[in-house]
Amino acid sequence: MIFGESMGRQTRRYGVRAMVRASAGVWGALGAGAAWAVGDMPGGPAVNQLNLPVGVTKIAADQWWIHNFLMIVCLAIFVAVFAVMFYSLWAHRKSRGAKPADFHESTAVEIAWTVVPFLIVVGLAIPATSMVIEQKDTSQADLTIKATGYQWKWGYEYLKGEGSGVSFLSTLSTPLAQIEGREAKSLTYLMEVDNPLVVPVGQKIRMVITANDVIHAWMVPAFGVKQDAIPGFVRDTWFRAEKVGTYRGACAELCGTNHAFMPIVVEVKSVEDYKAWAAGKQKEMLALADDPTKEWQLADLNDRGQKVYASNCVACHQANGKGVAGAFPGLEGSKLVLGRQEDQIALLLNGKQGTSMASFKQLSDVELAAVATYTRNAWGNKPEDTIVQPADITAARK
Amino acid sequence: MSAVLDHHAGHDDHAHDHPTGWRRWLFATNHKDIGTMYLWFSFVMLLSGGVLALTIRAELFQPGLQYVQPEFFNQLTTMHGLIMVFGAIMPAFVGFANWQVPLMIGASDMAFARMNNFSFWLLPPAALLLVGSFFVPGGATAAGWTLYAPLSIQMGVGMDMAIFAIHILGASSIMGSINIITTILNMRAPGMTLMKMPLFVWTWLITAYLLIAVMPVLAGAITMILTDRHFGTSFFNAAGGGDPVMYQHIFWFFGHPEVYIMILPAFGIVSEIIPTFSRKRLFGYSSMVYATASIALLSFIVWAHHMFTTGMPVTGQLFFMYATMLIAVPTGVKIFNWVATMWRGAITFETPMLFAIGFIFVFTIGGLTGIILSVAPLDIQLHDTYYVVAHFHYVLVAGSLFALFAGTYYWLPKWTGHMYDEKLGQFHFWASMITFNITFFPMHFLGLAGMPRRYADYPMQFADFNMVASIGALGFGLSQLIFLWAILKCIRGGEPATAQVWESAQGLEWTIPSPAPYHSFETPPTVK
Repeated sequence: MIFGESMGRQTRRYGVRAMVRASAGVWGALGAGAAWAVGDMPGGPAVNQLNLPVGVTKIAADQWWIHNFLMIVCLAIFVAVFAVMFYSLWAHRKSRGAKPADFHESTAVEIAWTVVPFLIVVGLAIPATSMVIEQKDTSQADLTIKATGYQWKWGYEYLKGEGSGVSFLSTLSTPLAQIEGREAKSLTYLMEVDNPLVVPVGQKIRMVITANDVIHAWMVPAFGVKQDAIPGFVRDTWFRAEKVGTYRGACAELCGTNHAFMPIVVEVKSVEDYKAWAAGKQKEMLALADDPTKEWQLADLNDRGQKVYASNCVACHQANGKGVAGAFPGLEGSKLVLGRQEDQIALLLNGKQGTSMASFKQLSDVELAAVATYTRNAWGNKPEDTIVQPADITAARK
Repeated sequence: MSAVLDHHAGHDDHAHDHPTGWRRWLFATNHKDIGTMYLWFSFVMLLSGGVLALTIRAELFQPGLQYVQPEFFNQLTTMHGLIMVFGAIMPAFVGFANWQVPLMIGASDMAFARMNNFSFWLLPPAALLLVGSFFVPGGATAAGWTLYAPLSIQMGVGMDMAIFAIHILGASSIMGSINIITTILNMRAPGMTLMKMPLFVWTWLITAYLLIAVMPVLAGAITMILTDRHFGTSFFNAAGGGDPVMYQHIFWFFGHPEVYIMILPAFGIVSEIIPTFSRKRLFGYSSMVYATASIALLSFIVWAHHMFTTGMPVTGQLFFMYATMLIAVPTGVKIFNWVATMWRGAITFETPMLFAIGFIFVFTIGGLTGIILSVAPLDIQLHDTYYVVAHFHYVLVAGSLFALFAGTYYWLPKWTGHMYDEKLGQFHFWASMITFNITFFPMHFLGLAGMPRRYADYPMQFADFNMVASIGALGFGLSQLIFLWAILKCIRGGEPATAQVWESAQGLEWTIPSPAPYHSFETPPTVK
């Protein structure tokens, strides 16, 4: 019964409560829990779950199988050994008039009970070996995602495959009021996040895992995956989810105060839904990155501006901002750069007739503001107003 | 041998003139006094660690945060582990060695009496550092008893106190081991060859070698943490060329033999008790000795099975999986030998025997879950979950601690001169056995369902089993007060014990009167 095999592989979880419900609907209400009115968590643990999840990957199913296999072997050994011991305790009691025998060794028996366990162990090692090899094969992935453990949240970056470039942080979304008992706890208490990881069904996902501060561990039982996230090193693991749905896991390596509060949620979508999600997410990221209404910080604009400068301006004005004498004016100490913002913006948007300075209005407001800000702060330039906001460009375009 | 005998002759002059009052204990050089102090010290630590455990279980009684905040919760789990391993279990076995090794090999005392005193008196300052660290700014270390870097680098001054405490405890263990090895190898009664030694002495001899081999490794690991914390080294910091996983390799190279340090003397105690109450010689004495030695040797090549999820290469996982599975063979031999010892004996069920049988029963459960955990591809699911918590409490509480209880009841009449209250002892056994299983059996299910260990709070679906475990833990904690009561009662009085105590007990300790005189075996007995 512990193994739940009789109930078939289709049922994902095997809890006491699930069995009660399956056997008699009348008891279903009781099955919901005496102390806590709570049901099984979708994609997470079942109420009073007794065994590993069968999961939605081949690896998890194999782990489920080998655990059941080992349990049967171990239980058989356990029952055999203790049947003998308890028989002896009953039959060879002094109070029953037992007289002690005087044997105290037997080479044949001792060799037998050394060799037989050895052979059993070899028998257990054989299926385990092929599973290790399968689990460690992270080659030929369809999608590579980097997970970074932070104290106390996960960061995801889509490195390779559909959706590459997408990145976001994933943080516990359970409100503090539930944790502190001021609100009723939800079904997904402590196993819910603001931004779940999203992956396509049926594709091989390679997870590249690292950490930013201390060691964490990325675990999703339904995938049969657990990999330590080690700061300064990258390790990888993989899974291929065979069923659309939401699956939940948690950080499994002690990482400090909020170790219990950095869960993992993975949404497995159909390939089309995933494509739509990835495209939407990429657009969303672009929009977010270049939101022209946002008030930017000087350092961020400068960083961005240096990149814009490097890909648009450096050929003429040079990396050192000195230009090329007689051909392209230098920007270091340039009156225009150090002067009024309006003039510099006008030049960037319209260019200057009769010179090589073209219009750069095809760049986004953020990019133009960034590059203007960069030139105003690079090479020892010290104008009166150091920062050009994207909003200023938007205004100038009108 | 003659040098040793001369030494004893010198002792006789002032044999009956020993300090009294507090001087007797502070300046103790008598193995029995020092053994007693070790045992009381470890009992106090057991209760302290138990209070921490009960606080943990109180917090986990229901989902949500009720009594303690997560940071303090992590301090509790960390200190519970450190105190139980280094403060309760290890010193308790050293206490048994102090009392019993000289009595069982017919020696007058331990080889180095003053070092013995020092070994013990290092323990209280270490305990004060550990317990006191709760009261310094930042509190005790909360990095887990394994003190994994880089989390341990982040901790406050409590971490440094724990490092110093472990250094001191390690020094104490090494001195204790040197003493035990020297005593066993040099001070056995004439005629007691190595292969005639009681099994408890054998297991302690091997354990002492394990301690000497690995305590310095632990000292090295925590010293590197100390210098990473304060002196700018980067042993475990990737940014400086170090590697956090290297800490784990070094720690577990200590840590796995440490597990056997805590269980081999338990095997020894059980191997003394089972034959006595079966009224039959131990089955397969020499295979018991070889199995103990094999387990000790294997313990050096299995350490990375604690690290299957760090991302080892295939060959690494396979090697450590195979080596770990092999340990099942000598461990199985021991279980089979104990059962064969009982087979066709004339068995009675006094408290020591109950605890010894209970030990075999529950320790085997822990052993079998150990085989399941050794399977690397499956360990990926179970690593760092409550399954592991259940596993190591089955081998450490039901294993080591039950064996310590068994040994205490077995030798208590020899130590005090009184029989303990048998009804009280049996009550203690059944209360401990039942509540232990209520506490830890449900944790297997929690682990299989994916509840990570060291969690201050958990999803609702884990609530019922956690509640059951917490109720069991309270019962288990209270059961130990019965133990305290039984011991105090036995010290204060009771039916006088004979020299033999148990009908068919074998060994030199049963040839001297009960209570054992302050100085025993001043003239070595001869063993045929």
